[in-house]
Amino acid sequence: MSESTEYAGTASPAPGDAAPAASGGRSAWRSRLYRWDVKASPYVFVAPFFLFFGAFGLFPLLYTGWASLHRLELTDLHDSGWLGLGNYTSLLKSDYFWNALGNTFTIGVLSTVPQLLVALGVAHLLNYKLRGSTMWRVAMLAPYATSVASASLVFTLLFAWDGGMVNWLLGFAGVGPVNWRESGWGSQFAVSSIVIWRWTGYNALIYLAAMQAVPHDLYESAALDGASRWQQFRHVTVPMLRPTILFTVVVSTIGATQLFGEPLLFGGTAGSKGGASHQFQTLGLYLYDQGWINGHLGRASAVAWLMLAILLVVAALNLLIARRLRRSG
Amino acid sequence: MRPRHQSLTLRPKAGRHLHAGPVTYAVLSLFTLVSLAPLVWTAIAASRTSTRLAQTPPPLWFGGNLFKNLERAWTEASLGDAMFNTTIVAGSITVGTVLFSTIAGFAFAKLRFRLSGLLLLLTIGTMMVPPQLSVVPLYLWIADLQWTNQLQSVVLPTFVSAFGVFFMRQYLVQALPTELIEAARVDGASSLRVVWHVVFPAARPAMAVLGLLTFVFSWNDFLWPIIALNQSNPTVQVALNSLGTGYIPDKAVIMAGALLGTLPLLLAFVLFGRQIVSGIMQGAVKG
Repeated sequence: MSESTEYAGTASPAPGDAAPAASGGRSAWRSRLYRWDVKASPYVFVAPFFLFFGAFGLFPLLYTGWASLHRLELTDLHDSGWLGLGNYTSLLKSDYFWNALGNTFTIGVLSTVPQLLVALGVAHLLNYKLRGSTMWRVAMLAPYATSVASASLVFTLLFAWDGGMVNWLLGFAGVGPVNWRESGWGSQFAVSSIVIWRWTGYNALIYLAAMQAVPHDLYESAALDGASRWQQFRHVTVPMLRPTILFTVVVSTIGATQLFGEPLLFGGTAGSKGGASHQFQTLGLYLYDQGWINGHLGRASAVAWLMLAILLVVAALNLLIARRLRRSG
Repeated sequence: MRPRHQSLTLRPKAGRHLHAGPVTYAVLSLFTLVSLAPLVWTAIAASRTSTRLAQTPPPLWFGGNLFKNLERAWTEASLGDAMFNTTIVAGSITVGTVLFSTIAGFAFAKLRFRLSGLLLLLTIGTMMVPPQLSVVPLYLWIADLQWTNQLQSVVLPTFVSAFGVFFMRQYLVQALPTELIEAARVDGASSLRVVWHVVFPAARPAMAVLGLLTFVFSWNDFLWPIIALNQSNPTVQVALNSLGTGYIPDKAVIMAGALLGTLPLLLAFVLFGRQIVSGIMQGAVKG
């Protein structure tokens, strides 16, 4: 695949020129133009993307780092003094920061683990020959079409203290009403349930795609060896899906680290604080609260970069695990 | 890791071909019920009154206030304006993302140029960086330009997408035969003609899928819009955020707003569900 060099060398009579010998000057000019076109076009094609990507993706990423080293207040955007690592040290001394970090972790685990386990099971069922297979898939993708804001507003009402559906249903099981918004674990569970509801069907489809790529004869030979359906799932499907499972774990972890809209709207008017006693304030909420409610944009930038640091650690761990899996597999 | 398996058939079948039993159907029905019930209940709640929604047991069937609540959400909570704005925003972003992702994806898939490996790595490497990493500088810019509360402030930052470039590249590597480009080249076609007559026709299915995914993503984008815009010129998510934080403290109207804001996408899923499903199964990445 090296048309640029190939054609640049052989293009002396301009390709497409019906009468090569017609007028030498014009043909030479055209061939030069043609050569230039072949050489420059790749850059022209990637230029618009990188123009926007550089301006709105890469540059802000670095600028956030610069801002995190300054005192930058919402009230006076042009008066920014150098602080060094001041924003970081004050964050690491703040109980609310550690509280938010802990909440992000527990809500992350509460939402990711059940989500992926159920998705795996559902994908396994979708992998049978089904009547109306597209219909099933589209139906379980409906929560994905629902925005974070819509879903959170609806779930907030479902988990309401007065007249909420969840407490009413729990009543039949003999469980007393739970104050979902005010309790620690209760509120974190409720926020997690929004994430689980929105993403389980989506992940099931990712797993289904991977399952469909597993060679059929692996199941046949497992069945010949007398493996039950469960054993086939456990010893054929899951090992073959390892790279996909790792991928969904990474993507879900990234999603969990930046969790924002769900707790914000679940909290109602106290949303950015993550509840009266910050019981479900995540890092994403803490950043927004610091930056746009309290007006400390420099501090908010420091939170953002700490978030990036966490994700880099996650990515490194992922590489390590993937390498180990490859070696053992 | 993948065991090489010599099969007698020419194309070894992938996946399983067992028929589903009644238990499978029952479990899938239950899961589908859990997926759809909150949406149906949104419509039920939107058809009731706020006082009724505070009583136990919660309503399980429709009441008579649906249109009154929808109208209040449309006018008082500005969802009418918001849906108009969001259509412009999501539409522009979709056009930009699909167009620029396709030509950049084509360059990465089929053309050889300096630094292409490095540039692709940069694109993929930053694909999943959270939006939180850019909101402070973006805010400083739009404050300087006095763009707060103007739609271009939410269009431009997500006008292109690294995921889109990667998605189109992966598709075109397989779907676009290199010989086709070479043949067009031999005929003397300029690069623009190659893109127009060879690349776009070959990329069309993937462009449609990327367009749908981008539209859904932009319609639902939350963090940056609620920073850049407010209730006087909102997108749908900004209007819903105002509802959630007490703009109109009427639960039935809030549910009517949630319903209105979701309906266009649910409609899109009914019409293009098959394409969206296939797009996600080709390896779409979250948000």
